[in-house]
Amino acid sequence: MLDINKIRAQFPILNLKVNGKELVYFDNGATTQKPQAVIDAEANYYANENANVHRGVHFLSGLATDKFEETRNTIQSFISAKHNHEIIFTKGTTDSINLVANGFRTLLNKGDEIIISEMEHHSNIVPWQMCCEQSGATLKVIPLLNNGGLDMNEFENLLSENTKLVAVTHISNALGTINDIETIIAKSHSFGAKVMIDGAQAASHITLDMQKLDADFYCFSAHKMFGPTGVGVLYGKEDSLNALPPYQGGGEMIKEVSFKKTTYACLPHKFEAGTPNIAGVIAFKAAIDFITNLGVETIARYEDELLQYATTEILKIEGVKIYGTAKNKSGIISFNIEGLHPYDIGMIVDKMGVAIRTGHHCTQPIMQKFNIPGTARISIAVYNTKAEVDVCINAIKKAKQMLS
Amino acid sequence: METLKDIQTEIVEEFEMFDDWMQKYEYLIDLGKELAPIEEQYKIEDNLIIGCQSRVWLHAEKQDGQIIYTADSDAIMTKGIIAILIRVLSGQKAADIIHADLSFIDTIGLKEQLSATRANGLVSMIKKMKLYALAYQN
Repeated sequence: MLDINKIRAQFPILNLKVNGKELVYFDNGATTQKPQAVIDAEANYYANENANVHRGVHFLSGLATDKFEETRNTIQSFISAKHNHEIIFTKGTTDSINLVANGFRTLLNKGDEIIISEMEHHSNIVPWQMCCEQSGATLKVIPLLNNGGLDMNEFENLLSENTKLVAVTHISNALGTINDIETIIAKSHSFGAKVMIDGAQAASHITLDMQKLDADFYCFSAHKMFGPTGVGVLYGKEDSLNALPPYQGGGEMIKEVSFKKTTYACLPHKFEAGTPNIAGVIAFKAAIDFITNLGVETIARYEDELLQYATTEILKIEGVKIYGTAKNKSGIISFNIEGLHPYDIGMIVDKMGVAIRTGHHCTQPIMQKFNIPGTARISIAVYNTKAEVDVCINAIKKAKQMLS
Repeated sequence: METLKDIQTEIVEEFEMFDDWMQKYEYLIDLGKELAPIEEQYKIEDNLIIGCQSRVWLHAEKQDGQIIYTADSDAIMTKGIIAILIRVLSGQKAADIIHADLSFIDTIGLKEQLSATRANGLVSMIKKMKLYALAYQN
């Protein structure tokens, strides 16, 4: 059993008043709030540990490097990666995807195919469009079913010897669908295609075991799992990462530089040019510790309980339609109320201290599929409570009353 | 013909009567519902304003030396804001619209009350209205 009050006490921002009302934060899919330990770790780095990493021989540089690498090791064990050099630090999921897409751009040729899905976030669409444009490869799209799941039959039809890469999301940020990535990975591998999973919404909600999962690449962001913004991870199998050319040139990523020929450093440094977000990476460890102390599965069970409760309650409001009703779902409720625009709902509930997201959630193809301008989205984190769900539902009812 | 300034003063006075956000929002919703409809032929892609999170169509034409605006949105609160802008700017002379100081928006707390993205939408809306006036100036 989780002691939610004890968890909430670790998040200073939850004491905030918004428009004179207690903050009720249900925009966790966009970014989660940060526990004190993460805030302290970030501040402590600048107060007591600040030095550049992997460079100096002096005491502070050694300390900063050790702490930086400690996070890498923590993540390695958090996602059960085989080697710690399979963990590449990036700016975030978008950056991780771009790194992979940029690499594939140089590896693909005309006639090669990349498969993505109709439910992808724009950040897992646009880099592949750019990659195809520049390499001559073709982009194929797995269609969405009406319940917000993927059409797995069509996926199998799309797979062929030409498929070089399959890039899909683990959990849809706009619908909450948890995709059957185990099947997607196995089927793709049977055609010799590599697989990249966008795990931005999944990393703090599903236990990850990279060796079991067998994905070639897996991306996630610290800020969606209680960590700082501007830090992300690209996990890649050693061989898969080695097959990619360097992404950005600069310091730290080289073995030797001369004007005749420059050689590149080994993993992970080959992909970590320039001074990284050291404070963020160090503080990321505190976020992972926060999650592991509670237990990913315990968190998921609690969130699921809240999801069931919120779903039941919101469906009691007349005219509510939920988008994304797949059987296997994460803590996201995307909805509209008949005759009302999601922005109007979002604006009014904001006045009552309730933070929800409205819009297309950077997934315009999903909105086109359902022929809607956008949705209002409630996304749940472990510090949310049933009482907050009630406040949110009442605010939505009030908005409906004002707007009707 | 009321001047642009007179109308702004009226609107500021109307908003001063409200005690809280809820009354203000309810008034905006009412204004949105009462906004004169735009002709269907003008509700086209070309007339969409970029920068608004909800869809906003704006059309302008010149009649007897005045600029007449009509608009629509799929979000009712946005429509309310448009209704206020139209009340101030529609029927005015192009030169007056181009040089209009619209700081009354801050005074009635509209810009502040809207989220950043919405406020950007508001900025785009005003910019587009002024651009129309500029185009019709001669």
